Amino acid sequence: MTSVVVFDYGFGNVRSMVRALADLDLDVTLTSDHRQALEANGLVVPGVGAFGACMEGLKSVGGDTVIKDRLRAGRPVLGVCVGEQIMFERGMEHGTGTPGLGLIKGDVELLDADVVPHMGWDTVEAPEGSVLMKGVEGERFYFVHSFAAMSAAPADTSGDQLDFGDAEERVTWCTYGRSRFVAAYERGPLFATQFHPEKSAEAGSQLLRNWIATF
Amino acid sequence: MSLAVRVIPCLDVDAGRVVKGVHFENLRDAGDPVELAAEYYRQGADELTFLDVTASSSHRQTMVDVVSRTAEQIFIPLTVGGGVRAPEDVDSLLRCGADKVGVNTAAINDPTLIGRVAERFGNQVLVLSVDARREQGERHTQSGFEVTTMGGRKSTGIDAIWWVKRAQELGAGEILLNSMDADGTQQGFDLEMIKAVRKEVKIPIIASGGAGKAADFPPAIEAGADAVLAASIFHYGKVTIGEVKNAIKAAGYTVR
Repeated sequence: MTSVVVFDYGFGNVRSMVRALADLDLDVTLTSDHRQALEANGLVVPGVGAFGACMEGLKSVGGDTVIKDRLRAGRPVLGVCVGEQIMFERGMEHGTGTPGLGLIKGDVELLDADVVPHMGWDTVEAPEGSVLMKGVEGERFYFVHSFAAMSAAPADTSGDQLDFGDAEERVTWCTYGRSRFVAAYERGPLFATQFHPEKSAEAGSQLLRNWIATF
Repeated sequence: MSLAVRVIPCLDVDAGRVVKGVHFENLRDAGDPVELAAEYYRQGADELTFLDVTASSSHRQTMVDVVSRTAEQIFIPLTVGGGVRAPEDVDSLLRCGADKVGVNTAAINDPTLIGRVAERFGNQVLVLSVDARREQGERHTQSGFEVTTMGGRKSTGIDAIWWVKRAQELGAGEILLNSMDADGTQQGFDLEMIKAVRKEVKIPIIASGGAGKAADFPPAIEAGADAVLAASIFHYGKVTIGEVKNAIKAAGYTVR
């Protein structure tokens, strides 16, 4: 049976994620155990709350190491919401930048719109060849966030001895108010969504199935 | 394309049963909140709200079970309100499957609760529920809209417009604005109140109270609501989620 670990570091609506995955007949474990997190077929990094607090929580249980170890071995990782944001270089949530994992080049900034948080079901623009968005390109997904990455580019990860090789970068965008931001990101084994697939009904389930199909 | 207006059915739950009559012939047990929630999920609800109307400590475990069973089969956001008095209550609700929590009286009694919850779980988790009404006779508030508790029976003397602004500053992620004057009348939402709140806050507003037919919903959005909530008209089968969405769409707004 395909196994997925939902990384438990004290942040996130982890129960919802566990249930959405279990509904797809996967062996799902909620844990921060490194060995289990490394050995599972897939690792989900949830995240709800503030960028800085999430990053601190993740590091306190060695989650940063686990994520990079997996990616180095080419093993799939899916970051969701703030779990997506921390994959970028910096979070600008409290003025000064908090360093993220630096796996994607770009900063996480406050949305520019009349109503913030961006809360609810929104459409996205998926790129050609997207693995995650296959078959759900025209669907709406559930977002709830005030910050987002306004740009994305391959980061220099050589300091982490991490080589994505010639894996192509595919970015899905969303426009809200005056902001155009990263809604989903994929490059090799690294996958991330700003929206919540576990709360996005059928479209979300299909996206999770698409991710699982890469294992 | 743009963000869709959310249509949210609200289930008032007392001791594990839905209160306010429910008339769905195709449900085996319409009083079971889990079955009703599943029916609304099938109908295309964008979110669900559970309100624990008694929220006594003896019933707390019952609500945890209801939320937990609902979250197992419904993959849309679930807000749970009623009896949330401390960050620990938020923690236990999130752990059993809630995505957001509604806070009302406890935040009026101790506004620092908003900040303490937001700091630990993020602003987006906290829906400030406000039961507001127009002051009759002698006015004590500047705006003329005052905050009530005990389902409208008790006046607090707090200006509702001041309160929502304050709550936003303290870290509330969303306002569930319930008109105690319109609630139960089925004569439409209190549009003036929605406009007054929209002018003052940047966080999303969920309009509640007064919906009697599908045509009542678009004006609430025109007034500035980002989401619309109703209970009995959905439970009685007076109007379906789909009919409400059609009315909203026909008025030129986006729905899912």
